[in-house]
Amino acid sequence: MHRRVFQLLVDNNTGVLSRVAGLFSRRGYNIESITAGETADPRITRITVVTSGDEDILEQIEKQVAKLVDVRDIHELKPSESVYRELALIKVKADASMRDGVITLANIFRGNIIDVSEESLMIEATGNSGKIDALLRLLSGYEILELARTGVAGLGRGVSNVIMINREGETYRYVDGEDTEE
Amino acid sequence: MIRKVVTGADALVRSLEEEGVEMVFGYPGVAICPFFNSILDSDIQTILVRQEQCAAHAASGYTRVSGKPGVCVVTSGPGATNLITGIATAFADSIPLICITGQVDSYQLGGDVFQEADISGSCESFVKYSYIVRRASDIPRIVKEAFHIANTGRKGPVLIDIPHDIQMDRVAGFAYPVGVNLRTYKPTVQGHPVQIKRVMRELSRARRPIICVGGGVHLSGAVKEVREFSERYDIPVVSTMMGLGTMPSDHPLFYGMVGNNGQRYGNRAMNEADMILMVGARLADRSISQPDLITENKIMAHIDVDPAEIGKNAGPSIPLVGDIKEIFTEFNTRDLNVDFSDWLDFLDGIRDDVINEELRKRTEARKKLAEKNAAMKEGMGYVDPRVFIRALSLAMDEDAVYIADVGQNQIWSCANAVIRKGRFLTSGGMGTMGYAFPAAMGARLACPGRQVVAVCGDGAFQMTMMELSTADQYGVPVKLVVLRNNVLGMVRQHQHLVYHDRFSVTDMSPTPDLDMLAKAYRIDYLKLTDENKMDETIREFLEDNRSILLEVCVDPDDIC
Repeated sequence: MHRRVFQLLVDNNTGVLSRVAGLFSRRGYNIESITAGETADPRITRITVVTSGDEDILEQIEKQVAKLVDVRDIHELKPSESVYRELALIKVKADASMRDGVITLANIFRGNIIDVSEESLMIEATGNSGKIDALLRLLSGYEILELARTGVAGLGRGVSNVIMINREGETYRYVDGEDTEE
Repeated sequence: MIRKVVTGADALVRSLEEEGVEMVFGYPGVAICPFFNSILDSDIQTILVRQEQCAAHAASGYTRVSGKPGVCVVTSGPGATNLITGIATAFADSIPLICITGQVDSYQLGGDVFQEADISGSCESFVKYSYIVRRASDIPRIVKEAFHIANTGRKGPVLIDIPHDIQMDRVAGFAYPVGVNLRTYKPTVQGHPVQIKRVMRELSRARRPIICVGGGVHLSGAVKEVREFSERYDIPVVSTMMGLGTMPSDHPLFYGMVGNNGQRYGNRAMNEADMILMVGARLADRSISQPDLITENKIMAHIDVDPAEIGKNAGPSIPLVGDIKEIFTEFNTRDLNVDFSDWLDFLDGIRDDVINEELRKRTEARKKLAEKNAAMKEGMGYVDPRVFIRALSLAMDEDAVYIADVGQNQIWSCANAVIRKGRFLTSGGMGTMGYAFPAAMGARLACPGRQVVAVCGDGAFQMTMMELSTADQYGVPVKLVVLRNNVLGMVRQHQHLVYHDRFSVTDMSPTPDLDMLAKAYRIDYLKLTDENKMDETIREFLEDNRSILLEVCVDPDDIC
């Protein structure tokens, strides 16, 4: 089993997210997380899917997704060439006596305290999934009342694999700092 | 042609005219009434089927014979859901269809109102693409795209769901787009030159190559090119069920159908080969039972227009994505110096051995059948379906269309029907019972001059026999064979082999009196219970351009 992060650019047509998610479920592919949001061009949505499977399955995922009529592009976001981020909101049970400990942990992970009450604190943490997992592990001594994780969003590093969209809606590859169309 | 395009429904009809649609198969309802109102002003012929599933099957038969996407139009809710089996059947065999469904008014969508069904959601996994029309002005573009998507690349059905109010909306004029502008959809047509070269190089080194053809060869319209390639280098050909007809059944280079229902010599040929050209075939479970073993000790070049099929069931040595017709046209321009005569001699030996052995076995079985018949009353008796199907197909016109249903009749048909210049159609992927008769109706409407024969069992026939009324209404002459054994033979056979004769829910007796049924629908009727009368019965069945039902009594204990 390999874990893989795919980035999809899809036309923002009705039901596109359901078409992508439906393909995964009916063919029995794993989805560890899926996030979607408009790109700078509102006609296009970027979807980040974290999935896992053996090489044959991962190859099929890429081919089957590419076959969907609404999908413009799918490619792997390789760990070495990409950044992944996830946001987590963690509500921890903590009265006045416990607050300092939680705040210290949050600070170590560069998290923010965004809500506080008599009995609880809410931490906002961002990072890759491993970092969020580590924070949660360290918080295991406390009682976590509620937890919301966004799933992974990612982008490739640098300009080597940037896909642009021109005014006519054509996709093209960004080349060498020049905004030229292929 | 529709003169004035005023409403969305007019635009829809006009768009179909622009696509050269000559007929639609359908069933009306309130939600699609604006369309059926507009089509009154058009020359497009409408065929009212008796159940919506048959509209899709008829359109499928029409498509497969005419090469143009068939169109079916039904209403919302139950009309649309009845269509689903037909759509799924077409999808499994990559048959391009345009399926138009009426929908409740757009402001009522999602309100669970009368006859509302989320048809685009329901069909998501077996359409190539689907549209819910939101604006009447989008209709020409959507229809243009739908035909393009359905009929290019890996073909398949496309659904257009169109709310009632959108059909009624006024449109400002009509302009049909010249081309499509789909940035996300660009199927590969031309084969990669490097891969083509690799196939040629491996072929020149191979000693025992074989071509395995699938349904993709017909879908690409590449029968001529593939045949030319095989004949030019004397490369033997085997076929999946969907590929049947690529080579004439009696062609010296044709070594039968592969798979668990295929000929043993066909499977042997595949196993003995050192190179396989897999052409437009999915390597699905019924044709290749252990696809991972197929590449052991051999080279497989997998040629398919759908890149996702390549490597799905077996990893090929040489993947080659593109349209089969394009690729084989390219193949045929190359020169190879090869001689496979030893390999052909070897295969002929296998074929003769297998045929002789089967003949021996059949002689035994036929002796038993004769004994059974002798014990039966006068006017009763069973006919060997193999002998019958062979004789029938040989008596048919050379270019006739033979449509097999699903079940034992399908397996007997695959193995025994002799296809020369005609077509062999069946529901191979989905295995939908009741396909043959409505598909035959559609095929006959697509080519009025051609002989079309549907062969069903009595189970499948009863699933769609109400279409006899449609055939009667429109004067569509269909030759219909019902192999009658009063049981669901294929499942019963499975219960015999796997469940030790614990027959459960497979007995249909008494099946209806088909003579009276034929009378009720005003078509002619013949019955065959005696092989001695077979030739004259078949002659009578095929003569004239008339609808006729031939009941052939077969042994319920027969195993296909």
